[in-house]
Amino acid sequence: MDSTQTATPEIAELEKLAKEIRRQCLNVIHRAGSGHPGGSLSATDLVTALFFGGLMKYDPKNPKDPDRDRFLLSKGHASALYYVALARAGFFPEKDLETYRRINSPRFLSGHAHPKTPGVEIASGSLGQGLSVAHGIALGTRLDKRNCKVFVILGDGELQEGQIWEAAMSASKFKSTHLTAIVDYNKVCQDSITKDLKDLEPLEDKWRAFGWDTHRINGHNMKEIMQTLKLPAHAEKPRVIIADTIKGKGVSFMEGQTAWHGVAPSDEDLEKALKELA
Amino acid sequence: MKDGATRDGYGEALLELGANPDVVVLDSGVSDSSRTQKFGKAFPDRFFNMGIAEADMVCTAAGLATTGKIPFATTFACFLLGRSMDQILVSVAYSNTNVKLAGTHAGMAVGEDGPSAQMIVDLAYTRAIPNMLVLQPADWEEARQATIALTKHTGPAYLRLGRPKVKGLYDSSYKFEIGKASTLEQGKDVVIFATGILVQESLKAIEELKKENISPTLINISTIKPLDVDFIASQAQKHGAVITAEDHNQFGGLGDAVADALMQKGVLVPMKKVAVRDQFAETGTAAELFEKYGLSANHVARTVKEVLQQKKK
Repeated sequence: MDSTQTATPEIAELEKLAKEIRRQCLNVIHRAGSGHPGGSLSATDLVTALFFGGLMKYDPKNPKDPDRDRFLLSKGHASALYYVALARAGFFPEKDLETYRRINSPRFLSGHAHPKTPGVEIASGSLGQGLSVAHGIALGTRLDKRNCKVFVILGDGELQEGQIWEAAMSASKFKSTHLTAIVDYNKVCQDSITKDLKDLEPLEDKWRAFGWDTHRINGHNMKEIMQTLKLPAHAEKPRVIIADTIKGKGVSFMEGQTAWHGVAPSDEDLEKALKELA
Repeated sequence: MKDGATRDGYGEALLELGANPDVVVLDSGVSDSSRTQKFGKAFPDRFFNMGIAEADMVCTAAGLATTGKIPFATTFACFLLGRSMDQILVSVAYSNTNVKLAGTHAGMAVGEDGPSAQMIVDLAYTRAIPNMLVLQPADWEEARQATIALTKHTGPAYLRLGRPKVKGLYDSSYKFEIGKASTLEQGKDVVIFATGILVQESLKAIEELKKENISPTLINISTIKPLDVDFIASQAQKHGAVITAEDHNQFGGLGDAVADALMQKGVLVPMKKVAVRDQFAETGTAAELFEKYGLSANHVARTVKEVLQQKKK
Protein backbone atom coordinates (compact mmCIF):
# COMPACT_ATOMS: atom_id res chain seq x y z
CA MET A 1 0.00 0.00 0.00
CA ASP A 2 1.19 3.46 -0.88
CA SER A 3 2.26 5.21 2.33
CA THR A 4 0.86 8.54 1.13
CA GLN A 5 -2.63 7.08 1.55
CA THR A 6 -2.21 6.29 5.24
CA ALA A 7 -1.65 9.81 6.58
CA THR A 8 -4.75 11.97 6.70
CA PRO A 9 -4.12 15.08 4.64
CA GLU A 10 -5.33 18.38 5.95
CA ILE A 11 -8.90 19.31 5.10
CA ALA A 12 -7.68 22.25 3.03
CA GLU A 13 -5.60 19.96 0.88
CA LEU A 14 -8.58 17.69 0.23
CA GLU A 15 -10.68 20.70 -0.68
CA LYS A 16 -8.03 21.84 -3.11
CA LEU A 17 -7.83 18.37 -4.60
CA ALA A 18 -11.62 18.21 -4.95
CA LYS A 19 -11.52 21.40 -6.99
CA GLU A 20 -8.86 19.95 -9.27
CA ILE A 21 -10.91 16.78 -9.69
CA ARG A 22 -13.98 18.84 -10.61
CA ARG A 23 -11.96 20.62 -13.29
CA GLN A 24 -10.62 17.32 -14.56
CA CYS A 25 -14.13 15.78 -14.70
CA LEU A 26 -15.37 18.63 -16.86
CA ASN A 27 -12.34 18.41 -19.12
CA VAL A 28 -12.79 14.69 -19.55
CA ILE A 29 -16.51 14.98 -20.32
CA HIS A 30 -15.88 17.90 -22.67
CA ARG A 31 -13.28 15.95 -24.60
CA ALA A 32 -15.57 12.91 -24.81
CA GLY A 33 -18.41 15.09 -26.08
CA SER A 34 -20.89 13.29 -23.83
CA GLY A 35 -21.24 12.31 -20.19
CA HIS A 36 -22.83 13.36 -16.91
CA PRO A 37 -21.38 16.49 -15.34
CA GLY A 38 -24.11 17.26 -12.77
CA GLY A 39 -23.91 14.03 -10.79
CA SER A 40 -20.12 13.89 -11.07
CA LEU A 41 -19.70 17.33 -9.49
CA SER A 42 -22.22 16.60 -6.72
CA ALA A 43 -20.31 13.51 -5.57
CA THR A 44 -16.80 14.90 -5.99
CA ASP A 45 -16.18 15.84 -2.36
CA LEU A 46 -17.37 12.42 -1.16
CA VAL A 47 -15.22 10.51 -3.64
CA THR A 48 -12.21 12.73 -2.94
CA ALA A 49 -12.49 12.04 0.78
CA LEU A 50 -12.82 8.28 0.25
CA PHE A 51 -9.90 7.89 -2.16
CA PHE A 52 -7.50 10.50 -0.83
CA GLY A 53 -8.46 11.02 2.81
CA GLY A 54 -6.65 7.89 4.04
CA LEU A 55 -9.94 6.14 4.75
CA MET A 56 -9.63 3.22 2.37
CA LYS A 57 -6.90 0.63 2.13
CA TYR A 58 -6.01 -0.03 -1.51
CA ASP A 59 -2.97 -0.76 -3.61
CA PRO A 60 -3.15 0.42 -7.23
CA LYS A 61 -0.34 -1.99 -8.10
CA ASN A 62 -2.40 -4.90 -6.79
CA PRO A 63 -5.99 -3.89 -7.51
CA LYS A 64 -7.35 -7.37 -6.69
CA ASP A 65 -5.67 -7.58 -3.27
CA PRO A 66 -8.22 -9.60 -1.25
CA ASP A 67 -7.64 -7.36 1.77
CA ARG A 68 -8.48 -4.15 -0.07
CA ASP A 69 -11.31 -1.96 1.11
CA ARG A 70 -13.95 -1.67 -1.59
CA PHE A 71 -15.51 1.29 -3.33
CA LEU A 72 -18.55 0.96 -5.59
CA LEU A 73 -20.25 3.67 -7.59
CA SER A 74 -23.81 2.45 -7.90
CA LYS A 75 -24.90 5.67 -9.67
CA GLY A 76 -22.74 4.54 -12.56
CA HIS A 77 -23.37 7.55 -14.78
CA ALA A 78 -20.89 9.57 -12.69
CA SER A 79 -18.16 7.51 -14.34
CA ALA A 80 -16.04 10.54 -15.26
CA LEU A 81 -15.56 11.19 -11.55
CA TYR A 82 -14.83 7.51 -10.89
CA TYR A 83 -12.15 7.30 -13.58
CA VAL A 84 -10.52 10.58 -12.59
CA ALA A 85 -10.28 9.34 -9.00
CA LEU A 86 -8.89 5.93 -10.08
CA ALA A 87 -6.34 7.53 -12.39
CA ARG A 88 -5.19 10.01 -9.75
CA ALA A 89 -4.97 7.16 -7.23
CA GLY A 90 -2.61 5.39 -9.63
CA PHE A 91 -4.75 2.56 -11.02
CA PHE A 92 -3.95 3.65 -14.59
CA PRO A 93 -2.20 6.58 -16.26
CA GLU A 94 -4.10 9.87 -16.32
CA LYS A 95 -3.31 10.06 -20.04
CA ASP A 96 -5.82 7.21 -20.56
CA LEU A 97 -8.63 9.51 -19.44
CA GLU A 98 -8.45 10.92 -22.97
CA THR A 99 -10.11 7.70 -24.14
CA TYR A 100 -13.17 8.15 -21.93
CA ARG A 101 -16.26 6.91 -23.81
CA ARG A 102 -14.11 6.16 -26.87
CA ILE A 103 -13.98 2.90 -28.82
CA ASN A 104 -10.84 0.80 -28.21
CA SER A 105 -10.25 2.55 -24.90
CA PRO A 106 -7.23 0.66 -23.47
CA ARG A 107 -8.67 0.75 -19.93
CA PHE A 108 -12.25 0.13 -21.09
CA LEU A 109 -13.35 3.60 -19.92
CA SER A 110 -16.95 2.99 -20.90
CA GLY A 111 -19.80 5.41 -20.24
CA HIS A 112 -20.58 3.24 -17.23
CA ALA A 113 -17.78 1.42 -15.43
CA HIS A 114 -16.88 -2.25 -15.85
CA PRO A 115 -14.39 -4.43 -13.93
CA LYS A 116 -12.09 -4.53 -16.96
CA THR A 117 -10.98 -1.11 -15.68
CA PRO A 118 -8.42 -1.57 -12.88
CA GLY A 119 -9.99 -0.66 -9.54
CA VAL A 120 -13.59 -1.26 -10.65
CA GLU A 121 -15.40 -4.06 -8.80
CA ILE A 122 -18.60 -4.56 -10.80
CA ALA A 123 -20.40 -3.22 -13.85
CA SER A 124 -22.89 -0.42 -13.42
CA GLY A 125 -25.37 1.38 -15.59
CA SER A 126 -28.62 -0.01 -14.29
CA LEU A 127 -29.56 1.83 -11.12
CA GLY A 128 -30.43 0.01 -7.92
CA GLN A 129 -27.97 -2.88 -8.06
CA GLY A 130 -24.89 -1.51 -6.30
CA LEU A 131 -26.11 -1.74 -2.72
CA SER A 132 -26.86 -5.46 -3.09
CA VAL A 133 -23.48 -6.08 -4.72
CA ALA A 134 -21.69 -4.12 -2.01
CA HIS A 135 -23.54 -6.14 0.60
CA GLY A 136 -22.48 -9.38 -1.10
CA ILE A 137 -18.88 -8.18 -0.90
CA ALA A 138 -19.33 -7.38 2.80
CA LEU A 139 -20.70 -10.90 3.41
CA GLY A 140 -17.87 -12.51 1.44
CA THR A 141 -15.05 -10.65 3.15
CA ARG A 142 -16.65 -11.31 6.54
CA LEU A 143 -16.70 -15.06 5.79
CA ASP A 144 -12.97 -14.80 5.12
CA LYS A 145 -12.54 -12.84 8.37
CA ARG A 146 -10.99 -9.97 6.43
CA ASN A 147 -13.68 -7.48 7.45
CA CYS A 148 -12.80 -5.10 4.66
CA LYS A 149 -14.66 -1.81 4.65
CA VAL A 150 -17.15 -1.54 1.78
CA PHE A 151 -18.36 1.88 0.61
CA VAL A 152 -21.03 2.39 -2.03
CA ILE A 153 -22.28 5.70 -3.39
CA LEU A 154 -25.95 5.77 -4.32
CA GLY A 155 -27.79 8.47 -6.19
CA ASP A 156 -30.88 9.99 -4.62
CA GLY A 157 -33.04 9.18 -7.64
CA GLU A 158 -31.70 5.65 -7.41
CA LEU A 159 -33.48 5.24 -4.06
CA GLN A 160 -36.69 5.09 -6.08
CA GLU A 161 -35.58 1.63 -7.26
CA GLY A 162 -37.26 -1.08 -5.15
CA GLN A 163 -34.12 -3.20 -5.04
CA ILE A 164 -32.38 -0.61 -2.84
CA TRP A 165 -34.90 -1.36 -0.12
CA GLU A 166 -34.58 -5.11 -0.61
CA ALA A 167 -30.85 -4.67 0.00
CA ALA A 168 -31.48 -2.34 2.93
CA MET A 169 -33.52 -5.07 4.61
CA SER A 170 -30.87 -7.69 3.84
CA ALA A 171 -27.90 -5.74 5.22
CA SER A 172 -29.65 -5.09 8.51
CA LYS A 173 -30.83 -8.72 8.74
CA PHE A 174 -27.24 -9.93 8.32
CA LYS A 175 -25.83 -7.20 10.60
CA SER A 176 -23.36 -6.14 7.93
CA THR A 177 -21.56 -3.54 10.00
CA HIS A 178 -18.68 -3.00 7.58
CA LEU A 179 -20.99 -1.73 4.87
CA THR A 180 -21.44 2.02 4.41
CA ALA A 181 -23.90 3.42 1.89
CA ILE A 182 -23.49 7.08 1.00
CA VAL A 183 -26.42 8.83 -0.62
CA ASP A 184 -25.37 11.64 -2.95
CA TYR A 185 -28.56 13.56 -2.24
CA ASN A 186 -28.31 16.17 -4.99
CA LYS A 187 -32.09 16.55 -5.28
CA VAL A 188 -32.09 16.41 -9.08
CA CYS A 189 -32.78 13.51 -11.45
CA GLN A 190 -32.57 13.33 -15.24
CA ASP A 191 -35.90 14.89 -16.18
CA SER A 192 -37.23 16.21 -12.87
CA ILE A 193 -36.47 17.50 -9.42
CA THR A 194 -36.36 14.38 -7.20
CA LYS A 195 -39.05 15.73 -4.87
CA ASP A 196 -41.46 16.17 -7.79
CA LEU A 197 -40.57 12.90 -9.46
CA LYS A 198 -41.10 10.84 -6.30
CA ASP A 199 -40.30 12.40 -2.96
CA LEU A 200 -37.85 10.48 -0.76
CA GLU A 201 -38.66 12.25 2.49
CA PRO A 202 -38.66 11.56 5.34
CA LEU A 203 -35.43 9.89 4.21
CA GLU A 204 -33.63 9.51 7.53
CA ASP A 205 -36.74 7.91 9.03
CA LYS A 206 -36.88 5.45 6.17
CA TRP A 207 -33.28 4.25 6.66
CA ARG A 208 -33.71 4.12 10.44
CA ALA A 209 -36.86 2.07 10.01
CA PHE A 210 -34.88 -0.35 7.86
CA GLY A 211 -32.40 -0.82 10.70
CA TRP A 212 -29.50 1.35 9.58
CA ASP A 213 -27.17 3.57 11.60
CA THR A 214 -28.25 6.78 9.92
CA HIS A 215 -26.29 10.02 9.56
CA ARG A 216 -27.08 13.19 7.65
CA ILE A 217 -24.32 15.57 6.63
CA ASN A 218 -23.46 18.41 4.29
CA GLY A 219 -21.86 16.54 1.40
CA HIS A 220 -19.75 19.53 0.44
CA ASN A 221 -18.28 20.13 3.88
CA MET A 222 -15.01 18.22 3.83
CA LYS A 223 -14.54 18.36 7.57
CA GLU A 224 -17.98 16.90 8.21
CA ILE A 225 -17.48 14.26 5.50
CA MET A 226 -14.18 13.15 6.99
CA GLN A 227 -15.47 13.11 10.55
CA THR A 228 -18.45 10.95 9.59
CA LEU A 229 -16.48 8.56 7.39
CA LYS A 230 -13.98 8.03 10.22
CA LEU A 231 -16.60 6.91 12.73
CA PRO A 232 -15.93 3.39 13.98
CA ALA A 233 -18.30 0.74 12.67
CA HIS A 234 -21.61 0.44 14.52
CA ALA A 235 -21.85 -2.62 16.77
CA GLU A 236 -24.60 -4.28 14.77
CA LYS A 237 -26.00 -2.02 12.07
CA PRO A 238 -24.88 -1.12 8.57
CA ARG A 239 -24.32 2.61 8.12
CA VAL A 240 -25.90 5.10 5.76
CA ILE A 241 -24.63 8.63 5.29
CA ILE A 242 -27.18 10.86 3.64
CA ALA A 243 -25.05 13.60 2.13
CA ASP A 244 -26.93 16.73 1.12
CA THR A 245 -25.29 17.88 -2.08
CA ILE A 246 -25.89 20.18 -5.01
CA LYS A 247 -26.07 18.81 -8.53
CA GLY A 248 -23.36 20.48 -10.62
CA LYS A 249 -21.69 21.83 -7.46
CA GLY A 250 -19.04 24.49 -8.13
CA VAL A 251 -20.31 25.72 -11.48
CA SER A 252 -23.00 28.35 -11.02
CA PHE A 253 -24.87 27.71 -14.25
CA MET A 254 -24.94 23.93 -13.69
CA GLU A 255 -26.03 23.94 -10.05
CA GLY A 256 -29.45 22.39 -9.42
CA GLN A 257 -30.24 22.06 -13.12
CA THR A 258 -31.77 18.95 -14.68
CA ALA A 259 -30.37 20.22 -17.99
CA TRP A 260 -26.83 19.40 -16.85
CA HIS A 261 -27.59 15.80 -15.89
CA GLY A 262 -26.28 14.24 -19.08
CA VAL A 263 -24.86 16.89 -21.40
CA ALA A 264 -21.22 17.69 -22.14
CA PRO A 265 -20.17 21.33 -21.83
CA SER A 266 -19.45 23.24 -25.05
CA ASP A 267 -16.06 24.93 -25.49
CA GLU A 268 -17.54 28.16 -24.18
CA ASP A 269 -19.29 26.48 -21.22
CA LEU A 270 -16.09 24.70 -20.28
CA GLU A 271 -14.10 27.91 -20.30
CA LYS A 272 -16.66 29.62 -18.05
CA ALA A 273 -16.85 26.61 -15.73
CA LEU A 274 -13.09 26.27 -15.36
CA LYS A 275 -12.84 29.97 -14.48
CA GLU A 276 -15.33 29.46 -11.66
CA LEU A 277 -13.34 26.45 -10.44
CA ALA A 278 -9.99 28.26 -10.63
CA MET B 1 -29.91 -45.67 -10.93
CA LYS B 2 -31.67 -43.38 -8.56
CA ASP B 3 -35.15 -42.03 -9.20
CA GLY B 4 -35.75 -38.50 -7.99
CA ALA B 5 -36.33 -34.91 -9.02
CA THR B 6 -33.44 -32.98 -10.54
CA ARG B 7 -33.89 -30.42 -7.75
CA ASP B 8 -33.16 -33.26 -5.30
CA GLY B 9 -29.95 -34.15 -7.11
CA TYR B 10 -29.03 -30.47 -6.89
CA GLY B 11 -29.67 -30.34 -3.14
CA GLU B 12 -27.61 -33.48 -2.64
CA ALA B 13 -24.70 -32.03 -4.63
CA LEU B 14 -24.75 -28.81 -2.62
CA LEU B 15 -24.40 -30.83 0.53
CA GLU B 16 -21.36 -32.59 -0.94
CA LEU B 17 -19.95 -29.27 -2.10
CA GLY B 18 -20.16 -27.90 1.42
CA ALA B 19 -16.69 -29.33 2.00
CA ASN B 20 -15.41 -26.54 -0.26
CA PRO B 21 -15.28 -23.40 1.92
CA ASP B 22 -15.77 -21.17 -1.13
CA VAL B 23 -19.20 -22.59 -1.94
CA VAL B 24 -22.05 -20.39 -0.68
CA VAL B 25 -25.77 -20.78 -1.29
CA LEU B 26 -28.46 -18.12 -1.52
CA ASP B 27 -32.20 -18.58 -1.63
CA SER B 28 -35.26 -16.35 -1.84
CA GLY B 29 -37.43 -17.87 0.82
CA VAL B 30 -38.24 -21.19 -0.86
CA SER B 31 -35.38 -23.29 0.50
CA ASP B 32 -37.61 -26.23 1.44
CA SER B 33 -38.89 -26.55 -2.12
CA SER B 34 -35.65 -25.62 -3.87
CA ARG B 35 -33.76 -28.16 -1.75
CA THR B 36 -31.14 -25.72 -0.47
CA GLN B 37 -32.38 -26.18 3.09
CA LYS B 38 -30.11 -29.13 3.85
CA PHE B 39 -27.06 -27.09 2.91
CA GLY B 40 -28.41 -24.27 5.04
CA LYS B 41 -28.67 -26.50 8.07
CA ALA B 42 -25.25 -28.07 7.56
CA PHE B 43 -23.41 -24.83 6.71
CA PRO B 44 -25.42 -21.96 8.24
CA ASP B 45 -22.56 -19.44 7.89
CA ARG B 46 -22.48 -19.97 4.16
CA PHE B 47 -26.21 -19.97 3.57
CA PHE B 48 -27.96 -16.65 2.90
CA ASN B 49 -31.71 -16.67 2.77
CA MET B 50 -32.39 -13.27 1.25
CA GLY B 51 -36.16 -13.27 1.71
CA ILE B 52 -38.54 -12.85 -1.18
CA ALA B 53 -36.21 -10.53 -3.03
CA GLU B 54 -34.77 -12.20 -6.12
CA ALA B 55 -33.08 -9.12 -7.58
CA ASP B 56 -31.25 -8.49 -4.31
CA MET B 57 -30.29 -12.17 -4.13
CA VAL B 58 -28.74 -12.18 -7.60
CA CYS B 59 -26.68 -9.02 -7.02
CA THR B 60 -25.62 -10.17 -3.55
CA ALA B 61 -24.40 -13.37 -5.20
CA ALA B 62 -22.44 -11.25 -7.70
CA GLY B 63 -20.80 -9.35 -4.84
CA LEU B 64 -19.92 -12.62 -3.09
CA ALA B 65 -18.41 -13.90 -6.34
CA THR B 66 -16.07 -10.89 -6.55
CA THR B 67 -14.58 -12.02 -3.22
CA GLY B 68 -13.73 -15.46 -4.63
CA LYS B 69 -16.83 -17.30 -3.46
CA ILE B 70 -18.80 -19.66 -5.71
CA PRO B 71 -22.41 -18.61 -5.07
CA PHE B 72 -25.40 -20.73 -6.05
CA ALA B 73 -28.37 -18.34 -6.22
CA THR B 74 -31.46 -20.48 -6.09
CA THR B 75 -35.20 -20.04 -6.38
CA PHE B 76 -38.10 -21.00 -8.64
CA ALA B 77 -37.12 -20.49 -12.28
CA CYS B 78 -40.12 -18.22 -12.89
CA PHE B 79 -38.94 -15.68 -10.31
CA LEU B 80 -35.20 -16.14 -10.68
CA LEU B 81 -35.29 -15.14 -14.33
CA GLY B 82 -38.50 -13.15 -14.33
CA ARG B 83 -37.60 -10.85 -11.45
CA SER B 84 -33.88 -10.55 -12.06
CA MET B 85 -33.19 -10.40 -15.77
CA ASP B 86 -31.58 -6.96 -15.56
CA GLN B 87 -29.49 -7.97 -12.55
CA ILE B 88 -28.39 -11.12 -14.36
CA LEU B 89 -27.42 -9.09 -17.43
CA VAL B 90 -25.43 -6.38 -15.66
CA SER B 91 -24.10 -7.77 -12.37
CA VAL B 92 -23.67 -11.38 -13.49
CA ALA B 93 -23.20 -11.78 -17.24
CA TYR B 94 -21.67 -8.44 -18.29
CA SER B 95 -19.58 -8.28 -15.12
CA ASN B 96 -18.68 -11.93 -15.79
CA THR B 97 -19.02 -12.88 -12.14
CA ASN B 98 -18.82 -16.54 -11.17
CA VAL B 99 -22.49 -16.82 -10.18
CA LYS B 100 -24.44 -20.05 -10.58
CA LEU B 101 -28.14 -19.43 -11.08
CA ALA B 102 -30.26 -22.43 -10.20
CA GLY B 103 -33.90 -22.24 -11.29
CA THR B 104 -36.07 -24.99 -9.87
CA HIS B 105 -39.68 -25.88 -10.79
CA ALA B 106 -39.03 -24.98 -14.43
CA GLY B 107 -41.47 -25.66 -17.24
CA MET B 108 -45.09 -26.67 -17.51
CA ALA B 109 -44.20 -29.72 -15.39
CA VAL B 110 -44.69 -27.63 -12.24
CA GLY B 111 -48.36 -28.29 -12.85
CA GLU B 112 -51.15 -27.15 -10.56
CA ASP B 113 -49.69 -23.79 -9.54
CA GLY B 114 -50.66 -22.60 -12.99
CA PRO B 115 -49.09 -20.62 -15.83
CA SER B 116 -47.62 -17.83 -13.65
CA ALA B 117 -45.46 -20.52 -12.03
CA GLN B 118 -44.80 -22.47 -15.24
CA MET B 119 -41.56 -20.95 -16.55
CA ILE B 120 -41.50 -21.66 -20.28
CA VAL B 121 -39.29 -18.82 -21.53
CA ASP B 122 -36.15 -19.18 -19.40
CA LEU B 123 -34.07 -20.99 -22.00
CA ALA B 124 -34.81 -18.18 -24.46
CA TYR B 125 -33.78 -15.62 -21.83
CA THR B 126 -30.56 -17.31 -20.80
CA ARG B 127 -29.44 -18.53 -24.23
CA ALA B 128 -29.57 -14.94 -25.44
CA ILE B 129 -27.12 -13.71 -22.77
CA PRO B 130 -23.41 -13.50 -23.66
CA ASN B 131 -21.07 -15.35 -21.24
CA MET B 132 -23.92 -17.55 -19.97
CA LEU B 133 -23.62 -21.33 -19.74
CA VAL B 134 -27.00 -23.11 -19.81
CA LEU B 135 -27.49 -26.60 -18.38
CA GLN B 136 -30.55 -28.80 -17.94
CA PRO B 137 -29.95 -32.23 -16.42
CA ALA B 138 -32.38 -35.06 -17.11
CA ASP B 139 -32.30 -37.07 -13.88
CA TRP B 140 -31.16 -37.04 -10.26
CA GLU B 141 -27.63 -38.29 -10.93
CA GLU B 142 -27.01 -35.95 -13.83
CA ALA B 143 -28.30 -33.02 -11.75
CA ARG B 144 -25.91 -33.97 -8.96
CA GLN B 145 -22.95 -34.20 -11.30
CA ALA B 146 -23.86 -31.06 -13.26
CA THR B 147 -24.01 -29.07 -10.03
CA ILE B 148 -20.57 -30.27 -9.02
CA ALA B 149 -19.23 -29.58 -12.52
CA LEU B 150 -20.37 -25.97 -12.21
CA THR B 151 -17.87 -25.36 -9.43
CA LYS B 152 -15.08 -26.31 -11.83
CA HIS B 153 -16.33 -23.96 -14.52
CA THR B 154 -15.49 -20.29 -14.01
CA GLY B 155 -18.22 -17.92 -15.13
CA PRO B 156 -21.95 -17.33 -15.08
CA ALA B 157 -24.25 -20.30 -15.50
CA TYR B 158 -27.93 -21.17 -15.47
CA LEU B 159 -28.97 -24.57 -14.16
CA ARG B 160 -32.55 -25.49 -15.08
CA LEU B 161 -34.15 -27.89 -12.63
CA GLY B 162 -37.52 -29.58 -12.35
CA ARG B 163 -40.06 -30.24 -9.64
CA PRO B 164 -41.34 -33.77 -10.43
CA LYS B 165 -39.65 -36.97 -9.45
CA VAL B 166 -38.31 -38.68 -12.57
CA LYS B 167 -36.90 -42.10 -13.42
CA GLY B 168 -33.16 -42.61 -12.99
CA LEU B 169 -31.27 -42.70 -16.30
CA TYR B 170 -27.69 -42.69 -15.12
CA ASP B 171 -25.75 -44.37 -12.33
CA SER B 172 -22.65 -43.09 -10.62
CA SER B 173 -20.42 -44.55 -13.34
CA TYR B 174 -21.78 -41.86 -15.71
CA LYS B 175 -19.41 -38.97 -16.25
CA PHE B 176 -21.24 -35.73 -16.95
CA GLU B 177 -19.20 -33.28 -18.97
CA ILE B 178 -20.18 -29.69 -19.72
CA GLY B 179 -20.74 -29.32 -23.47
CA LYS B 180 -21.16 -33.05 -24.20
CA ALA B 181 -24.42 -34.64 -25.26
CA SER B 182 -25.07 -38.27 -24.33
CA THR B 183 -26.79 -40.99 -26.31
CA LEU B 184 -29.43 -42.91 -24.36
CA GLU B 185 -30.86 -45.00 -27.17
CA GLN B 186 -29.17 -45.93 -30.41
CA GLY B 187 -31.51 -46.29 -33.40
CA LYS B 188 -31.37 -45.46 -37.09
CA ASP B 189 -34.52 -43.86 -38.51
CA VAL B 190 -34.64 -40.53 -36.74
CA VAL B 191 -32.71 -38.72 -34.02
CA ILE B 192 -34.50 -37.14 -31.06
CA PHE B 193 -32.59 -34.37 -29.27
CA ALA B 194 -34.35 -34.02 -25.95
CA THR B 195 -33.65 -32.08 -22.77
CA GLY B 196 -34.88 -32.23 -19.18
CA ILE B 197 -38.13 -34.02 -18.49
CA LEU B 198 -38.79 -34.51 -22.19
CA VAL B 199 -36.01 -37.09 -22.18
CA GLN B 200 -38.37 -39.16 -20.06
CA GLU B 201 -41.31 -38.64 -22.39
CA SER B 202 -39.11 -39.49 -25.36
CA LEU B 203 -38.05 -42.78 -23.79
CA LYS B 204 -41.71 -43.73 -23.33
CA ALA B 205 -42.41 -42.73 -26.92
CA ILE B 206 -39.57 -44.88 -28.19
CA GLU B 207 -41.03 -47.95 -26.45
CA GLU B 208 -44.23 -47.47 -28.41
CA LEU B 209 -42.48 -46.64 -31.68
CA LYS B 210 -40.38 -49.78 -31.51
CA LYS B 211 -43.60 -51.83 -31.55
CA GLU B 212 -44.23 -50.26 -34.96
CA ASN B 213 -40.70 -51.06 -36.11
CA ILE B 214 -39.58 -47.47 -35.91
CA SER B 215 -36.11 -47.15 -34.45
CA PRO B 216 -35.21 -43.69 -33.10
CA THR B 217 -31.96 -42.54 -31.56
CA LEU B 218 -32.35 -40.52 -28.35
CA ILE B 219 -29.74 -37.99 -27.37
CA ASN B 220 -29.91 -36.10 -24.08
CA ILE B 221 -28.85 -32.50 -24.54
CA SER B 222 -28.00 -31.40 -21.02
CA THR B 223 -25.73 -28.56 -22.11
CA ILE B 224 -27.98 -26.25 -24.09
CA LYS B 225 -25.35 -23.55 -24.39
CA PRO B 226 -22.71 -24.00 -25.68
CA LEU B 227 -24.34 -26.67 -27.80
CA ASP B 228 -22.46 -29.81 -28.85
CA VAL B 229 -22.72 -28.55 -32.44
CA ASP B 230 -20.48 -30.98 -34.32
CA PHE B 231 -22.02 -34.04 -32.69
CA ILE B 232 -25.56 -32.78 -33.25
CA ALA B 233 -24.85 -31.96 -36.90
CA SER B 234 -23.25 -35.35 -37.56
CA GLN B 235 -26.14 -37.20 -35.93
CA ALA B 236 -28.70 -35.18 -37.86
CA GLN B 237 -26.88 -35.91 -41.12
CA LYS B 238 -26.61 -39.61 -40.28
CA HIS B 239 -30.29 -40.07 -39.45
CA GLY B 240 -31.75 -37.70 -42.04
CA ALA B 241 -34.59 -36.65 -39.72
CA VAL B 242 -34.59 -34.66 -36.48
CA ILE B 243 -36.94 -34.11 -33.54
CA THR B 244 -36.25 -31.76 -30.66
CA ALA B 245 -38.18 -32.13 -27.40
CA GLU B 246 -38.36 -29.74 -24.46
CA ASP B 247 -40.70 -28.43 -21.75
CA HIS B 248 -40.30 -24.83 -22.97
CA ASN B 249 -41.91 -22.53 -25.45
CA GLN B 250 -41.25 -23.34 -29.09
CA PHE B 251 -39.31 -20.12 -29.53
CA GLY B 252 -35.84 -19.61 -28.13
CA GLY B 253 -35.25 -23.00 -26.55
CA LEU B 254 -33.51 -26.22 -27.54
CA GLY B 255 -35.41 -26.49 -30.84
CA ASP B 256 -34.15 -23.13 -32.04
CA ALA B 257 -30.66 -23.91 -30.76
CA VAL B 258 -30.53 -27.16 -32.74
CA ALA B 259 -32.04 -25.54 -35.86
CA ASP B 260 -29.44 -22.82 -35.64
CA ALA B 261 -26.63 -25.36 -35.30
CA LEU B 262 -27.86 -27.34 -38.30
CA MET B 263 -28.18 -24.18 -40.37
CA GLN B 264 -24.65 -23.12 -39.45
CA LYS B 265 -23.35 -26.54 -40.48
CA GLY B 266 -25.42 -26.63 -43.68
CA VAL B 267 -27.29 -29.77 -42.62
CA LEU B 268 -30.74 -29.48 -44.14
CA VAL B 269 -32.92 -32.42 -43.11
CA PRO B 270 -36.59 -32.65 -42.06
CA MET B 271 -36.95 -31.38 -38.50
CA LYS B 272 -39.83 -30.85 -36.06
CA LYS B 273 -40.08 -29.49 -32.55
CA VAL B 274 -41.96 -30.92 -29.60
CA ALA B 275 -42.39 -27.84 -27.42
CA VAL B 276 -45.02 -25.56 -25.89
CA ARG B 277 -46.97 -24.11 -28.81
CA ASP B 278 -46.53 -20.44 -27.98
CA GLN B 279 -49.34 -20.36 -25.46
CA PHE B 280 -49.95 -20.19 -21.73
CA ALA B 281 -51.41 -23.40 -20.34
CA GLU B 282 -53.67 -23.75 -17.30
CA THR B 283 -53.75 -25.62 -14.02
CA GLY B 284 -53.62 -29.41 -13.87
CA THR B 285 -51.20 -32.22 -13.19
CA ALA B 286 -48.01 -32.33 -15.22
CA ALA B 287 -49.24 -35.45 -17.04
CA GLU B 288 -52.57 -33.83 -17.91
CA LEU B 289 -50.89 -30.66 -19.11
CA PHE B 290 -48.32 -32.56 -21.18
CA GLU B 291 -51.14 -34.45 -22.91
CA LYS B 292 -53.31 -31.41 -23.54
CA TYR B 293 -50.52 -29.01 -24.51
CA GLY B 294 -48.39 -31.22 -26.72
CA LEU B 295 -45.50 -32.46 -24.59
CA SER B 296 -46.43 -36.06 -23.70
CA ALA B 297 -44.90 -39.27 -25.06
CA ASN B 298 -47.90 -39.56 -27.41
CA HIS B 299 -46.99 -36.21 -28.96
CA VAL B 300 -43.34 -37.18 -29.29
CA ALA B 301 -44.35 -40.42 -31.04
CA ARG B 302 -46.77 -38.63 -33.36
CA THR B 303 -44.17 -36.02 -34.24
CA VAL B 304 -41.62 -38.72 -35.02
CA LYS B 305 -44.06 -40.24 -37.52
CA GLU B 306 -44.72 -36.85 -39.07
CA VAL B 307 -41.04 -36.15 -39.60
CA LEU B 308 -40.52 -39.64 -41.02
CA GLN B 309 -43.26 -38.89 -43.59
CA GLN B 310 -41.31 -35.79 -44.60
CA LYS B 311 -38.10 -37.81 -44.77
CA LYS B 312 -39.71 -40.26 -47.23
CA LYS B 313 -40.71 -37.50 -49.65
